[in-house]
Amino acid sequence: MPILEVENLSKSYRQLRGENTPAIGNVTCRVEAGEFVSFVGPSGCGKTTLLMSIAGLLEPSSGRVVVKGKEVKGPPPNLVLVFQEYNKSLFAWRTVLSNVRFGLEARGDRSPRAEAKARELLDRVGLKGFEKHYPWELSGGMQQRVAIARALAYEPEVLLMDEPFGSLDALTRLELEDTLLGVWAELRTTILFITHDIEEAIYLSDRIWVLSRRPAQIIQELSIDFPRPRDQLTTRAHAGFMTLRNEIYRQIGHAV
Amino acid sequence: MNRSSSFNWLGWLIFAGLLSMWEYGARANPKLQFYIPPVSEILVALFNLSASGQVAGHLLATVSRFVQGYAIAALLAVSLGVLLGYFRSAYGILEIVIEFLRPMPSVAIIPVAVLTLGIGDGMIVAVTVYASVWPILVNTIDGVKHIEPILIDTARTFGLRRWAILWRIVVPGAAPYIVTGLRISLSIALILVTTAEMIAGSRGLGFFILDQERSFNSSNMYAGIIIVAALGYGLNRLFLTLEGNVLRWRRGMIAQQPV
Repeated sequence: MPILEVENLSKSYRQLRGENTPAIGNVTCRVEAGEFVSFVGPSGCGKTTLLMSIAGLLEPSSGRVVVKGKEVKGPPPNLVLVFQEYNKSLFAWRTVLSNVRFGLEARGDRSPRAEAKARELLDRVGLKGFEKHYPWELSGGMQQRVAIARALAYEPEVLLMDEPFGSLDALTRLELEDTLLGVWAELRTTILFITHDIEEAIYLSDRIWVLSRRPAQIIQELSIDFPRPRDQLTTRAHAGFMTLRNEIYRQIGHAV
Repeated sequence: MNRSSSFNWLGWLIFAGLLSMWEYGARANPKLQFYIPPVSEILVALFNLSASGQVAGHLLATVSRFVQGYAIAALLAVSLGVLLGYFRSAYGILEIVIEFLRPMPSVAIIPVAVLTLGIGDGMIVAVTVYASVWPILVNTIDGVKHIEPILIDTARTFGLRRWAILWRIVVPGAAPYIVTGLRISLSIALILVTTAEMIAGSRGLGFFILDQERSFNSSNMYAGIIIVAALGYGLNRLFLTLEGNVLRWRRGMIAQQPV
């Protein structure tokens, strides 16, 4: 049984004048447990709306989302969403450690184990020693690391990520891609990732769904079978890498 | 905030200079001394009043009314403000009433309060509550409205429910605004207490100042003013210390990010 199923999902927004603007066309897909899958699509195609609907933060206009056999009617307990805007998603009044502990606290877990878990994840994302800092004292890349550690400390079965590296500089971005892959390899949390960066999607994923322009629809599914662990130099230098990139680029609607 | 450890020599020098000018000016014009006694005489009066315990009761009365009025206002306005800011529809219904009452100078309510509540402590506390509520209420509503929606969504994705979000996200997130409102109301509450005391009642610093003026004890009157000023100053210092603790996480943040 797939861990996540999206069936005929569509979402329209009602405009002020009363007409409906469709954001998501008709999306159907399945994610297996432990997979790393990505949606790639042009900016403004409705990717975020799609992810918000899957996370139970937006109600779809039609269709449904099923997580572990249960239809999503609100944020499911075993799923967490990491936002692109790390500077807006961290709790400014909490220290780094306290931010990471937040999910466990929300669940009512204030045990020493929760504290240890939070420290362990901070260590894993490379932030040992920053426990007592406040978010504003950290760089953007470090803030997003905190957000990722916070999400993982919650021990979700599905992790949704909405262009998490979209507003970071290129080098930080590559670094964080590897951090994420490293943690994922250990924890095997199912990850559903959204990006407009084609190469990022190829580098990270097992499978990619290419989305059309608004209203978002899946126009192709691709399996990525470059060996893991992946490497920023060798994987990206792979002969097939550019071919895939160009193919996706063409599909999204640009001329190469 | 930049805390400079060096003593502000120039500032104190100017202050001392002004006081000397006052002292000299008053001594040079004996005819004026009834209206503006020399500083030294005011200080003597201040010392005598403190030593004799004559003013302690008034100070206590003022402080007690202030504390009651301010505390009730803070509790009322923060809880109401959080709810009104969070449940927008409730705010929509009450907005007209709030915007009608808020701009009215609060001292104008004193005659109404005297008429309905008499001239006891209850009246003074009531007008203090009334006047102090508005800045706290409006700032709290504003703070809640300015909470980043992504913070709420983040909390929701971690499974927090509406009321838990209110307590865990909305209140701490709006804290800087709430504190601003509380700071504005601190001086408003003191103004209202002293003003109400001047109009009604037989105790309190407001009463004392007016009483001394009417008894032609101008030195005592000025001494009373100094005591009220010192009270205001002390309350403000206390507030800033508490604020520094509550908003510890913001220390240095504003200086770093000039948004």
